[in-house]
Amino acid sequence: MEDILARAKRVAETAEVFMASSEETPVQFEANRLKHIQSKQASFVALRIIKGGRVGYAVSTELNDRQKLVEAAVETAEFGIRAEFTLPGATAYPEIKVFDPAVEAVSLEEMVGLGSELVDTVTKHTPEILCDAEVARGTTLIRIVNSRGGELGYRQTGFSLGVQGQLIRGTDMLFVGEGQSSCHPLSDTRAVTDLVLRQLDLAREKAPIATKPLPVVFTPNGVASALVSPLMAALNGKVVLQGASPIGGKLGEQVFDAKLSLHDDPTIGYRPQSHPADDEGTPSQRTPLITRGTVAGFIYDLQTAALARKKSTGNGGRHHGGLPSPTPSAFTFTAGDTAFDDMVSDIKEGLVIEQLMGAEQGNILSGDFSGNVLLGYKVESGKIVGRVKDTMVSGNIYQLLKDITAVGSDARWVDSSVYTPSLYCPRLSVASK
Amino acid sequence: MPDITESARRLAEIIAGYQADYIEARLEESQASHITYRGRELESIGKRRAVGGNVRALVKGGWGFTSFNDLSELASRVESAVEQARLAGGNNKSELAPVATVVDSVLTMQVKNPVAMPLAEKKRLLDEYNDVIWETPKIQTSIIAYGDSHKKTVFLSSPGSFIEQERADVTLRLAAIATEDAEVQQSGLSLGSRGDFSTIENLHQPVAEMARHAVALLSAPRVAGGEYTVVLDPVLAGVFTHEAFGHLSEADFVYENDRLREVMVLGREFGSIDLSIIDDATMPQMRGSFRYDDEGVPGAKTYLIREGKLTGRLHSRETAAKMNETPTGNARALNYRYPPIVRMTNTYIEPRTASFAGIIGDIKEGIYAKNWYGGTTSMEMFTFSAGEAYMIRNGKLAEAVRPVTLTGNVFQTLKNIDAIANDLDMNQGGGCGKGGQMPLPVSNGSPHIRIRRCLVGGR
Repeated sequence: MEDILARAKRVAETAEVFMASSEETPVQFEANRLKHIQSKQASFVALRIIKGGRVGYAVSTELNDRQKLVEAAVETAEFGIRAEFTLPGATAYPEIKVFDPAVEAVSLEEMVGLGSELVDTVTKHTPEILCDAEVARGTTLIRIVNSRGGELGYRQTGFSLGVQGQLIRGTDMLFVGEGQSSCHPLSDTRAVTDLVLRQLDLAREKAPIATKPLPVVFTPNGVASALVSPLMAALNGKVVLQGASPIGGKLGEQVFDAKLSLHDDPTIGYRPQSHPADDEGTPSQRTPLITRGTVAGFIYDLQTAALARKKSTGNGGRHHGGLPSPTPSAFTFTAGDTAFDDMVSDIKEGLVIEQLMGAEQGNILSGDFSGNVLLGYKVESGKIVGRVKDTMVSGNIYQLLKDITAVGSDARWVDSSVYTPSLYCPRLSVASK
Repeated sequence: MPDITESARRLAEIIAGYQADYIEARLEESQASHITYRGRELESIGKRRAVGGNVRALVKGGWGFTSFNDLSELASRVESAVEQARLAGGNNKSELAPVATVVDSVLTMQVKNPVAMPLAEKKRLLDEYNDVIWETPKIQTSIIAYGDSHKKTVFLSSPGSFIEQERADVTLRLAAIATEDAEVQQSGLSLGSRGDFSTIENLHQPVAEMARHAVALLSAPRVAGGEYTVVLDPVLAGVFTHEAFGHLSEADFVYENDRLREVMVLGREFGSIDLSIIDDATMPQMRGSFRYDDEGVPGAKTYLIREGKLTGRLHSRETAAKMNETPTGNARALNYRYPPIVRMTNTYIEPRTASFAGIIGDIKEGIYAKNWYGGTTSMEMFTFSAGEAYMIRNGKLAEAVRPVTLTGNVFQTLKNIDAIANDLDMNQGGGCGKGGQMPLPVSNGSPHIRIRRCLVGGR
C-alpha cells in the first residue's frame, strides 16, 4: 500500500489507498439438509487521486499490479469531478469494538450443529415445512492510508444465523424467516426460531380483508420492508444537494409525528454495521436524522459535505469498491412504550404487516410506496385472526408518518442495518381480491 | 496480470490428483469502466480490474466451494474445497446428471471491446444525453449510470472439460427527476447490450421524451386501487414474464419440494392455448445468451409453456438429476465468487396475431402500463411496477396517470391473459437477482398483452 501511495504521490497532488481483504465461511442448508460448505477469500485495493484538481479512481484485485493501478487512476482523473474535499490527516479514532477472536475459533462442525438446530426446531413445530438455513462467520481487514498522513486499520468479525421456511399447500405458499447477526459468535438459535414459530402460528388460518383504508401495525420487519428505503433516499445528503429530497429544505421543521426519532449509528459495540471510521477515514459518529418528528440532519461523505458546505457525518461508504458516497451505516429508530399486543388490541378492523414485497420498486423519492403483503395478518376486534393474501397496500410515507398512533416498545435489529420498533398508523389504503 | 489459461492448466493437473466424486473450477479475468452523473456534473468515473477463481467439489452428495482472488495457492484451494465437501457429504443429497465432456474455445468477440474505447468518447455521448434532459423545463436533476465490462472465463472439470469463453456487456440507465412544490416525480430508461456500444447511441429522442414524461407526471392523477383490465407494453410484459412465471420455472425451487412438484407437474394448464413462454440462451447477441453455462453445459432453447400447458423447466445438472429430466444449460454464476445456480437467459412470450389497436379497442376503462421500475416474486405472488401508465377509455389511450404497481397470483393471472399481440420486442436493460447474485445479465421480452382483472395498487 505504501508503495502505491508513493507512486501516486509522484503524479498527483493528493492520493489515498484503500484496501479491504476478507475471509468468509458460510454453511448452507437447503430443503432441511446440509448442502454446501464454502470459504471465500477476497481482496482489493482502490486508489483515489486528485490530479489537476480532479478526482481519479481505479480498483483492482491484483494487489501487485501497482503501476497499472496508478496509470488507470491518472487516466480517469482527466475527466473526474472537481475535488472539493480535503482528506483527513492523522486523526484520533473512537474506540468502537468490532472484533472478537472467538468468531474465528468456531469450528465448521459447531456451525453445522447450529444450522441443524435451526432447521430441526422449525420442522418439529411444522413437519411439512421446507427450510433453508445459513450459518456464517467471517473476518474483514480494512486499511486506509493517504498522502496527508491519515492512516487507519482495523479488523472486524461477523457471525450470522438465519432460517427461511416455505410451507406449500396446493398452490398456496407461505414464506417465513428470520436472521440475526453480530461481531460475536451467536449460539442461541432460539432467538431466531421463536420469531419464525410465531409467524407460523399467526399465519395458520387465512382471513379475507376488505378493500378500504384501514389502521395498520408495521412490525419491525414490516417497517424495514416498507418504509425505510424512501427515508434512506430522502436523508441522503447527495439527494438533498440535488434538490430531489422532499425534506431536503426542511431542516429543523416538524415533518413527522413527534413520536418518531431516528439516528444513523455506526458506534454501537459489536454490531456488523459499526466501525471506528468510514471508508475515507472520517471518524464514526452517531448522527441525529429525525428528532421527535423534526428533520435533524442528513448523511454526508467528504465530497458531498464540501459541496453542501456541511461536515462529513462519517458516511462515506464504498459499494463494491466504488468511489465513496453517502451511505447509511445503521438506521436506529427510538423505541416507544406501547406493547405490540396493546396496539393490536386497540384495532377493531385492521392489518398487521410483517413483510411487504416490492415496496421499494416505485418512485421512492416521492415517498410513495406500494406492495404486495407477502406476510401480514388481519386484525378483528383486537385479535389477530389469520393471514391475508392477494392484498396490496399503498401509501406515502410523509402522510403516513405525520400521524402515528403509537410506537412499539419492541425495537430490535432487522437485517444488520435497521433497528426499529413496531409502528401503529391510523390509516393505510388496502386493496384485496 | 497472471494468464488465467496458464493457471487453469495447472489447476487441471492438481485436480486430477484428488479423490472426489466431481471437481470443477472457474477462473475469470475482467476489466470494467463506469461513468455516472448526478445532476449536471459527473459524479464518478473509474476503472476496475479483477482476477479470481473458484473450486467446487462434490463428495458423497455434499458440496464444498472456495473462491479467491489470489491464484498463487491453487493446490490449497482445491484441498479445502474437497475437505469441506467431505464434511458436508455423507447423506447423498446432491448428484449430477451426466453430460458430455467439452473442450472448446469461444473467444471470437463479435464487437469491439467497449472497455477499450476511449473514456472521452463515452463521456461525450453521456454529456449530450444529460444536456437533452436539462433542456426540459421543471427538471430538478438527472441520474445517468453507464457501465461496461469485458470478461474472459475458463471452466474446467475433473472429467476433462476445458472451456474458454469471452463476453462483454454494456448498460445505460437514465433518469430525469422533476419537482414542483413538494412533489417529486421521476421517469427512467434502461438499456443494455452484449458489449455493442452502438446500441446506446442516437437515443436523444427517447431521452427527451423521458424527461418530458417526468414533468408531465407532476400534474398526473393517481389511480384508485382495485381490479382493472390492464394492457402491458413489450418491456413491462417481459418483466411480468420473468417475475410471474420465469422464476417459478427454475427447477431449484421445485426439485426437492414434493408439494411444489405436484403443483408444477408437466402438462398442467397455466394459460390459454395462445400462451407460449420460452427461455432461449442461443438467441444471437442478447445479454442473456451464451454458448456454455457455468457447468460447461451447452445453452439451449426451452419451451416452458407451450399452448398454455407446462412443458419444461430450467435445470442445472443437479436439479435435472433429481427430477430425472435433461439438463438445459441454465446453471449460471454472477462471477467467480459464487457457485452456479439455476437462472434464466432470454425469456419471452411468443407473439400471436393481434394488433395493439385491436387489443385496446374494446376496453371501456382500463390501464395501459409501460416501461419498468422493477419486479419481484415470491413464486406464488409477484409484483411489478410500471414506469409509465395511462388510462384507456372507450378503446382509446387517455390521460397519463402516476406510475402503478401491479400484483397478482401466478396461478390466476396467466389464465387472465386474453390477448397477445404480434409485436415481440426484447428488453436488454434488465438485471436479475437471486440468492444474493445480482445483477445477472438477462433479457426479457413479449408482445403487447392484455390481462383481465389485474390488481393495481393505488389510493
